[in-house]
Amino acid sequence: MTVTGRDSGWASGGGGSRGSLAAPHGLADADLLAMYRIMALARALDERMWVLNRSGRAPFVISGQGHEGAQVGIAWPLRRDHDWVAPFYRSIATCLVVGMTPRDLMLAQFARASDPGSGGRQMPGHYGHPAHHVVSVSSPVATQILHATGIALAARIRGLDQVAMAIMGEGSSNQGDVHEALNFAAIHRLPFVFVVENNGYAISVPAERELSVRDVAQRAAGYGIPGVVVDGTDVLACYAASREAVARARRGDGPSLIEAKVTRLTGHSSDDQQTKYRSASDLAEGRTRDPLPIFRAQLRDAGVLDEITELELDGEIAVAVDDATAFAEAEPDPDPATGTDHVFADPLAGEAPPPWHPSRAREAG
Amino acid sequence: MAVRTFIEAIREGMADEMRRDPSVVVLGEDVGRKGGVFLATDGLWAEFGDERVIDTPLTESQIIGTSVGAALNGLRPIAEIQFADFIFPAFNQIVSEAARMRYRTAGGAAVPMVIRAPYGGGVHGALYHSQSVEAFFTHVPGIKTVIPATPYDAKGLLRSAIRDDDPVLFLEHKKLYRSVRGEVPDGEYTVPLGQAVVRRPGRRLTVVAYGLMVHYALEAAERVAAEGIDCEVVDLRTLRPLDRATLLASVRKTGKCLVAYEDNKFGGYGAEIAAIVAEEAFDYLDGPVSRIAGPDTPAMPYNLALEEWFMLSPGKIADAIRKLAAY
Repeated sequence: MTVTGRDSGWASGGGGSRGSLAAPHGLADADLLAMYRIMALARALDERMWVLNRSGRAPFVISGQGHEGAQVGIAWPLRRDHDWVAPFYRSIATCLVVGMTPRDLMLAQFARASDPGSGGRQMPGHYGHPAHHVVSVSSPVATQILHATGIALAARIRGLDQVAMAIMGEGSSNQGDVHEALNFAAIHRLPFVFVVENNGYAISVPAERELSVRDVAQRAAGYGIPGVVVDGTDVLACYAASREAVARARRGDGPSLIEAKVTRLTGHSSDDQQTKYRSASDLAEGRTRDPLPIFRAQLRDAGVLDEITELELDGEIAVAVDDATAFAEAEPDPDPATGTDHVFADPLAGEAPPPWHPSRAREAG
Repeated sequence: MAVRTFIEAIREGMADEMRRDPSVVVLGEDVGRKGGVFLATDGLWAEFGDERVIDTPLTESQIIGTSVGAALNGLRPIAEIQFADFIFPAFNQIVSEAARMRYRTAGGAAVPMVIRAPYGGGVHGALYHSQSVEAFFTHVPGIKTVIPATPYDAKGLLRSAIRDDDPVLFLEHKKLYRSVRGEVPDGEYTVPLGQAVVRRPGRRLTVVAYGLMVHYALEAAERVAAEGIDCEVVDLRTLRPLDRATLLASVRKTGKCLVAYEDNKFGGYGAEIAAIVAEEAFDYLDGPVSRIAGPDTPAMPYNLALEEWFMLSPGKIADAIRKLAAY
């Protein structure tokens, strides 16, 4: 296991670092702005979802606030519409990186018929998008890690050069499916990356009560695969760790585990009140680890983000959030007559009552 | 036509489909070099190699979960669960994931995969090598359940299951593997899912069965025929989707229905058949829809006396036929 983060990454702060942020990572300043834009967009969409919830227009919200830096950095090396991601219910920024739009996310939030992931069948936050290779999220946690191993297995058998990434929280990482998946992926050296966004809480249970070790990444050793811990407020450290893991997977050297230490800025969901189980100081400390202002400050320090660009971005994001909200809210609900569609590829004609059903016979007679 | 045992027909069905379609792969415990504990996959590893015949760790959830992912990315996996009794660690992956993927994506994603599992008792298998698990899964919309009774159907239904675009649970009664032989065509044929068959025509009473119980019901029908009770035996073959037309046409004709199933009685698959017959053929019934099934113990005990007490037999089914016929 190795630990990477801002301390071991690049020099930050001061004029001397101007222009030095992107280059060591093989990125351009435009990439950094694009990463920042998605983080800020994810946050703005997420905050809007809470407003919708608190104003009675959306029954449920589950949030990615505090996770966006890790999500953007880690998803960035994936090849869009080629590689696969099996995300979880906080993966709002991940979904934006791989191609989903603000309208897509709001259609899911409002559970409209045109929701591209599920046609309004899934709970909010349970994203999916076949064209962008986003595996549909379910609620019994950690099942998706096995789907990612199967996707990776199929990719190798079919010679597709794809990488599959599974993402979940540290709470979910304790499930038995995780052990079964990492063991299988490591045995077969599958093109697979396992990402844990460790926000320190499984709903209310703190990490020390759910993990026997300090870092989930320590468990990688049990499978003979690399496990790295990254600071989830350090977008470029997350990017670097993921770029290495994705490249390793793609060249056939097998799976890796990346654990990003993140902060959960909201309750578990709109139905949770985290002040009941988290102290004021814990919450205050968590807010100091908000990746959005941290990355913003880094970009400003490096001269990548200036005041005018920031204002333009803010304006563009506000327009996108308003547009997505208005668009999705105005879309029609699914028609209950479609409720039994897509149970199977074809309707089960044989299961309909035969025409000689007595009640029908009486009607006919 | 060649004569094949039940398990030879299954093996040939897999091999033929793997030759026909390179996206068909097999994974499970001991399915490779050993060819499976029952030898259902014997020879596949030698012909198709490590890439397409994959020995897995002892991880049923992984076998199914990996198959779900592989199916999402273009393969048609055949996942073998070594004994149906061991399927429960994979229950979540089957029920919450495989069966729900098409529905929860509104048709955006599909999971074409087959889960093969030997089930059933009467083989000294005790509590954990004898169970009938179909009721757990026939309850779940989104997965099909097939239970063949003859070598011909085993091969033809398995080929249909592999080609199906939805997950199919394919349950094979392990007592049939080597005890039943039958003619199997050499060439390409399939048996469509969702079609029952009348194995024995009769006028007095309908016995509904599947798997090993089809053979026991046919034997019971022969015994009572000598007493003048003319039974019709319906082999459902596919439990879901259920062929209601064949089932109800038979009951409408005979006016009496006995459902024979090996699983314990309460809440078993036969309970749904009884409910459907009661709802859809009430006006034609000339006696209570009846069930003969296993006792309501948690599983099948080992000692031979206890096993025989648990298992249905042609004699027990014949007694149930006599009782209903006399109503």
